[in-house]
Amino acid sequence: MNKLKIIYNGLVKENPTFVLLLGMCPTLGTTGSALTGMSMGLATMGVLVCSNGAISALKNFIPDSVRIPAYIVVIASFVTILQMLMQAYLPALNDSLGIFIPLIVVNCILLGRAEAFASKHPVGDSLCDGLGMGLGFTCALTLLGMVRELLGTGRVFSVEVYPERFGSLIFVLAPGAFIALGFLIALYNVIKNRRSSC
Amino acid sequence: MLTYLSIIVTAIFVNNIVFAQFLGICPFMGVSKKLSSAVGMGAAVTAVMALATCVTWLLQYSVLVPAGLEFMQTIVFILVIAALVQMLEIVIKKIAPALYAALGVFLPLITTNCAVLGVAILVTQKGFDLGQSLTYAVATAIGFTLALTLFAGIREQLELVNVPRPMKGVPIALLCAGLLAMAFMGFSGIKIG
Repeated sequence: MNKLKIIYNGLVKENPTFVLLLGMCPTLGTTGSALTGMSMGLATMGVLVCSNGAISALKNFIPDSVRIPAYIVVIASFVTILQMLMQAYLPALNDSLGIFIPLIVVNCILLGRAEAFASKHPVGDSLCDGLGMGLGFTCALTLLGMVRELLGTGRVFSVEVYPERFGSLIFVLAPGAFIALGFLIALYNVIKNRRSSC
Repeated sequence: MLTYLSIIVTAIFVNNIVFAQFLGICPFMGVSKKLSSAVGMGAAVTAVMALATCVTWLLQYSVLVPAGLEFMQTIVFILVIAALVQMLEIVIKKIAPALYAALGVFLPLITTNCAVLGVAILVTQKGFDLGQSLTYAVATAIGFTLALTLFAGIREQLELVNVPRPMKGVPIALLCAGLLAMAFMGFSGIKIG
């Protein structure tokens, strides 16, 4: 399979957030602002690329019956590395993402891609798949973060678009996360239907 | 006693695990199409969460902290939870086949339920003792079950409603979850102790 096609597949056709609906917890929990959403997406992408590559390289050594625990150990090791790196170099970001960094371990995207893609394809393709899926996840999180930040505070990436007093705070709070994501998925469906009908 | 009451109320209503902390969304969206399966999933999560929190708490304070291995927390916890779920599945299958028939399908799903790992980590971050941790875990699970059951009831009604085509399925469910979350925000004024 063509490498670019694999990346496109993860980014648009099988977007983990809008189509596969995987990894909803960080999607809703960390998108209070565009910046935190994007950093969460990038963190997940880093782990996904590494774990996909490692699992693909190890696939012939892992016995079939214990593959799921083995995948979990590989993923958890990379998450721990990420956690230590972030504590050392980005302590402020680490605090704002909080519990969601260790919880990357149980993000369904990682185990899902390991099982569905990396365990069956060569290392290069698996790295591309991790990159594509990770980018798709990052884009979705950044988009949701931007929408919520704009509607809630009138800013995008902390740059003021309109005065804050016109914003509705509800979008930064918990209910706004569900509502904004619901409308974004509906919008994605509209665009997809229109493109497939013509 | 007041701390326990405060932990319970906070975990069930004020800081509801689904609506305020965004943990366990996957089963919340996935298993909430039918009321009966929502109740089953809630019961399974309650059992696993209570057990897992106790075991991981004991591990954290009797092995990891004395040995200075706190950084291994994530790996150890997820493996312990996965093993616990497997064991629980085997035990229930042997002892209570009727219960297994009702809960069996939900058990494997729980390993990747981030609420279980989330609570195990949160409890160590908050510095609770064993009793408080157990209370927090059970109360959180009750909060999860409450959210799941409420939501399943609403979704059963939604099946009968004529929704615009792009909004069908997940988008409209997310909007309903948003409205429910708004209702739960009403509890945030409650203060005990």
